[in-house]
Amino acid sequence: MNFENSILTIVTFLPLLGAALVLVTPKSAVNAIRWTALATTLVTLALSLWIWSAFDPSNPGFQFVVNYPWLGDSIGYRVGVDGISVLFVVLSALLMPFCILASWEAIENRVKEYMLVFLILEVLMIGVFTTLDLAMFYVFFEGTLLPMFLIIGIWGGKRRIQASYKFFFYTFIGSVLMLLAIMAMYWNAGTTDISRLLTHQFPESMQIWLWLAFFASLAVKMPMWPFHRWLPEAHVEAPTAGSVILAAILLKLGGYGFLRFSLPMFPDASAQLSNFVFVLSVAAIIITSLVALVQTDIKKLIAYSSVAHMGFVTIGIFAGNALGIQGAMFQMLSHGLVSGALFLSVGVIYDRMHTRDIEAYGGLVERMPQYAFAFMVFTMANVGLPGTSGFVGEFLTMLGVFQVNTWVAFGAAFGVIFSAGYALWLYRRVVFGALTKESLKGILDLSLREKIVLYPLIVLIIVFGFYPSPILDTTAAAVDNLVAHYSASVGLDPAVSLADARAPLEYAAPTGEAQPAAEHAAEPAAH
Amino acid sequence: MNSDIVDFASVAPAYPELVVAIGALVLVVLGVAINKERSSLISWLGVLILVAAGAVALLNPSDGVLFNGVFIADAFARYMKLLVLGGAALSLILAMPNSEANGVHKFEYSILAVLATLGMMIMVSANDLMSLYVGLELQSLALYVMAAIKRDDSRATEAGLKYFVLGALSSGMLLYGASLVYGFTGHTNLTEIVGAIAMEGRSVGLVFGMVFLLAGVAFKISAVPFHMWTPDVYEGAPTPVTAFFAMAPKVAAMSMMIRLVMDTFQPITSDWQQVIVFLSIASMVLAAFAAIGQKSLKRLIAYSSIGHVGFALVGLSSGTQVGVEGVAIYMAIYVTMTVGLFACILSLRNENGYVETIDDLAGAAQTRPFVAAIMAILMFSLIGMPPLAGFFAKWHVFLAAIEANLYVLSVIGVLASAVSAYYYLRVVKTMYFDEPKSTFIAVPNELNIILGVSAFLVVTYYFSVGSSLTSWAHTAAGSLF
Repeated sequence: MNFENSILTIVTFLPLLGAALVLVTPKSAVNAIRWTALATTLVTLALSLWIWSAFDPSNPGFQFVVNYPWLGDSIGYRVGVDGISVLFVVLSALLMPFCILASWEAIENRVKEYMLVFLILEVLMIGVFTTLDLAMFYVFFEGTLLPMFLIIGIWGGKRRIQASYKFFFYTFIGSVLMLLAIMAMYWNAGTTDISRLLTHQFPESMQIWLWLAFFASLAVKMPMWPFHRWLPEAHVEAPTAGSVILAAILLKLGGYGFLRFSLPMFPDASAQLSNFVFVLSVAAIIITSLVALVQTDIKKLIAYSSVAHMGFVTIGIFAGNALGIQGAMFQMLSHGLVSGALFLSVGVIYDRMHTRDIEAYGGLVERMPQYAFAFMVFTMANVGLPGTSGFVGEFLTMLGVFQVNTWVAFGAAFGVIFSAGYALWLYRRVVFGALTKESLKGILDLSLREKIVLYPLIVLIIVFGFYPSPILDTTAAAVDNLVAHYSASVGLDPAVSLADARAPLEYAAPTGEAQPAAEHAAEPAAH
Repeated sequence: MNSDIVDFASVAPAYPELVVAIGALVLVVLGVAINKERSSLISWLGVLILVAAGAVALLNPSDGVLFNGVFIADAFARYMKLLVLGGAALSLILAMPNSEANGVHKFEYSILAVLATLGMMIMVSANDLMSLYVGLELQSLALYVMAAIKRDDSRATEAGLKYFVLGALSSGMLLYGASLVYGFTGHTNLTEIVGAIAMEGRSVGLVFGMVFLLAGVAFKISAVPFHMWTPDVYEGAPTPVTAFFAMAPKVAAMSMMIRLVMDTFQPITSDWQQVIVFLSIASMVLAAFAAIGQKSLKRLIAYSSIGHVGFALVGLSSGTQVGVEGVAIYMAIYVTMTVGLFACILSLRNENGYVETIDDLAGAAQTRPFVAAIMAILMFSLIGMPPLAGFFAKWHVFLAAIEANLYVLSVIGVLASAVSAYYYLRVVKTMYFDEPKSTFIAVPNELNIILGVSAFLVVTYYFSVGSSLTSWAHTAAGSLF
């Protein structure tokens, strides 16, 4: 085992080392605990960036692979990343230091437990994306419930207990059905190795059931309308960093699951049920956008807007072409940055005023110009303004689905309009207007710590808005491979559908070598 | 019939039993000679005997059928015996701190526990309906006394009496089933019964006998609908006794059930499968819903143990080697979690004595963070949350059920586990989310060590013991096929 091989293991379990350090630090040494947690997450981030730089984007298969049998025949220790998962590893590692910083002063009680739980959560989140064993995927996927339940329940707001229970049960009940599907897949394919399962052909009648079982879990996690009821409450009650992780990473587990399992492993079922997903997604986009309009709680509004944005992701994934899936990938990563940034911004004013009521604010621009600027960038990115990363994802997704079903694209377009409505209106009510409220007269602008948290995110959002290729190039080969496999399985001619997709994709990702479509179309299962 | 014992070496497969039997007799003599009401020496010697027997079984494994075919030692029996011995030894250690307060300080307690363990070992190794019954009764008689050992306490004596009356009833059912099986096959030896069924085919009388036998055993593992005694006895008996009841006897009875259905009644699998599936579903569902309303911590644990028996039976109902392997892994993990759980309960004492209700735990996370954290870990593990050991236990049993195409059972099972999460979470919620109401007294060192080890195994299962446990269970299950 050399460094290349062990790097994923190190990145996954490094936070555990930090957690052990935190565990042995005395409870009263609060600053030592905070710095340990921050240092651990920063080192993890550095290593995950190293993985990204060492990652070969032209290779559509898994890289940095380790594969050992472990618990009996069924569970192995298998890790590896491909173009779809590597960026999620980076995103998870990227947001953790921000979360620690955002909790620096906001969390005063039980700091030790808090940092411990967050570091464990990081292990589980990165583990979801690096593991190549189906059973271990479930272990990590489901394991994230445990720290999140505690984060909401211990450090949450007034109605935290109800919120944490709701969060737990919605996700748990969906997931156990997925567990049974995973077992059925093991008996059918004889392995839980994801790289082998990707080339295994499940019988068509079985695919439907497996697809539905996975859907039960992933749709709740995503969350898709009407399984989203847990999300607004969990977001509202969670502490700032908890909301950030929920919105930025945990929601992506659903989309990642659809991309990793539903589409490539159950292609026939995905093709048959794609209209069902489209209907739910469009419903999500329109209904939750309208619901977001009438919210009086800032966090709840952003939570509903997350559900709407996730609707674009599911549409893109089940469009089943390169554009749609690239768009969905980009949308997930961009939403990870944008929603994380929005919740961090809400956290900034919540720490000062201890209320999330929109009514309690107004005219913040007078006292907090820097904050107003940061919040504006994030709001615009949420709306999908060209030049921000939010635009690229939505645009690609809409292009992709337009080829498949114009009515879906038509419905989804409403989401773009409504999102401008609720986001700009929120911004106007919170930031603009006259500063009349007595309580706001003494509010302070961003502190240094908050600047360190928010400014890098502004940079990232704008950079990826103008220059999305680093992300699109990384995902392109894996996505093309996935699309080729999917089209071949459901009987579309992969060359034709890829050729359709090529021209606009090159527009989005001008580096030509990113689409080696012809070679991979010839060998759809090139793992 | 001539004896097959020619010299001392030929009883090697029964060495562990001999160690325990002779040790128990020595302890009686010693206890009387010391002539003190309380003697920690006797307790530690009891633990030592059990550990020695385990070491003999582990270091000097020898297979064979002895005593004219009534006793069998194979990899499966050895695996289960080690679990029984481990569970019994740990519950003896659990009983030592504050034993006066629990009423288990008398030296007879350890001797009874060792004798009960001997009975369990014979149950595990029984290869004949007679030896099976003898082992069962040796175990039960010792347990009846243990339940009522705090004889001035009306709840404990009530628990002992209830356990005795219902236990006698179940023994009766088991005997009745055994007599039917004997009547319709002409044999009491398990190996010969298999042959007889294979030759003569199934008959209604045989199926009746089998169902009665299984009902008798189901009582011992407290599977629904034979679970009525469990909550009352768990609540009434002193906590260390409850800990003893919850571990070793369950394992022994479960392994007896496995041997009966997988070996003896293998030819009529479809008949017993219905019974086991029913017991399994009923246990999981009833326990999940009945536990929700419980206020007493020990009653909650009683229902939780009923539910876990249901989950273990999911693996058994598949009737395959993978299923037996799953149950074997399940029982090992169940014992590990249970010992930690009881260590937690015995550690949490406030000025009024031991915690009784769930509400008494309020805010324990702030005054006793170590115990509370371990209890929370164990609760999550009991739910079956990955990456804790409880998840892997469920993984193995449901894997077997899916292989056997028992989809309805599996779906009901996982949904029941989701329901059961509610009451486990309530304990975590009370400890972590609520404000403290009382302060807790410092924890004795023995308990801290047991707590730490149990939580360590549960948390690091995948990295530490998982791999070897799986292969042991694989070997154990293989010896039945």
